[in-house]
Amino acid sequence: MLEARNVRLWYGDFNALKGVSMKIQPRSITAIIGPSGCGKSTMLRCFNRMNDLVEGCRVEGEVLFEGRNIYDHYDLTELRKRVGMVFQRPNPFPLSVQENVGYGPRIHGLASGDGLRAAVKKALQATQLWNDVGDRLTAPALSLSAEQQQRLCISRLLAVAPDILLMDEPCSALDPMATQNIEELMLELKRDYTIVIVTHNMQQAARVSDFTGFMLLGELVEFGETQTIFTAPTDKRTEEYITGRYG
Amino acid sequence: MKRHFDEDLAQLKERLLRMGGSVERMIHLSAKDLFARTEADRAELEKLEREVNDLQIVIDDRALKLIALRQPMATDLRFLFMASRISSDLERIADQAINIIETTHHLIAGGPPLVPLVDLPLMAEICQEMLREALDGFVRQDASMARKVLEMDDKVDACKRRIFDEMLAMMESDQKTIRRGLCIVLISRNLERIGDHATNIAEEVIYMVEARDVRHHHGEGAAPGAPAE
Repeated sequence: MLEARNVRLWYGDFNALKGVSMKIQPRSITAIIGPSGCGKSTMLRCFNRMNDLVEGCRVEGEVLFEGRNIYDHYDLTELRKRVGMVFQRPNPFPLSVQENVGYGPRIHGLASGDGLRAAVKKALQATQLWNDVGDRLTAPALSLSAEQQQRLCISRLLAVAPDILLMDEPCSALDPMATQNIEELMLELKRDYTIVIVTHNMQQAARVSDFTGFMLLGELVEFGETQTIFTAPTDKRTEEYITGRYG
Repeated sequence: MKRHFDEDLAQLKERLLRMGGSVERMIHLSAKDLFARTEADRAELEKLEREVNDLQIVIDDRALKLIALRQPMATDLRFLFMASRISSDLERIADQAINIIETTHHLIAGGPPLVPLVDLPLMAEICQEMLREALDGFVRQDASMARKVLEMDDKVDACKRRIFDEMLAMMESDQKTIRRGLCIVLISRNLERIGDHATNIAEEVIYMVEARDVRHHHGEGAAPGAPAE
């Protein structure tokens, strides 16, 4: 469904990715872990070309989505609708709950009127936010708690019916209970969506993901089933990192 | 980078080795009494057994707490999981040593030696070597030493079968030998169990070092990980 093939990326002269290849399995959670600056967020952003926004960024290699290279004449609006991203800090628009979630379907012309209201409700139900905010849809999104805001951002993505959710440290601004709730949500969502998550939290990667890739200095050192990576990694560098001996 | 966690692991390892040393001493004492036909030094044995039992509880408790508090991964996780298993095997070996001493008491009380013992001393020697090699493999993190233990277990099993056949034939021909014959069969059974537990420890060392589960298929060198669920 989604595959990186020998992806190399430069920010100006700096070579941030040095030939990364990985296959993302559908309806699964793939975690990318590694120390700061290893290129994991850069790799994640390659999956929906968010790096295009960075000045001086140059990408080589291929990222195939349903067999098509997204770096070769791919409609970016369509790409980002189908491959959505959740960021480290919740970033709701300074609008109401309903306007946030309805924004995508409305600008993509996917729904209006009752259809739009139904789409908003469905997206809020999918993130289990409906029970909390269903009776105050006109409230400012920024008045919600941090966890609710992150759920809202995920609802906003789901409202445009994506296939893939990219999550860049989605819990790093949340407390442990909110983190647990978002992790539970991820496990629910993987029934219908393919999720790629970047996390600094190795326990989180171990808890939620089916596959894990360990990156170091712009290279993918090891990729495999999470239960194998965290119990019997094959590469010494992975072993050192996950046991805290790295550095 | 030096980790504080390494000190916790080293302390646990030291306790396991202390436990291993006590168990080795218990086997040595039981074998000495068996072959010299002497009564055991009960006080020393009871002290060793208490120490082994206490260490098993301490090791299990420490391993569990370190798993909960440190959330270890990879080699650290395998070490803690195996430390608990190894301590359990050591404790059972200690029980077998006690059984040997008790049966030796009945054997001596049953009368003079039936026959010169050949296979039983050999078994005891191999079992002690198995445990020593398994624990050395643990200390040195050396799976090849542990693999040697797996091979030795076949010799122990062969000794036990020969002893059983020999004692059975003797008891069938002369009822007066039954008590002592049964004692020897029981002791050979205890030694065989010691060999099995030493084998378990060796398998646990191999898993700890190589993440390779060799249980039930020693020769096959199974790939890391368990069979598919």
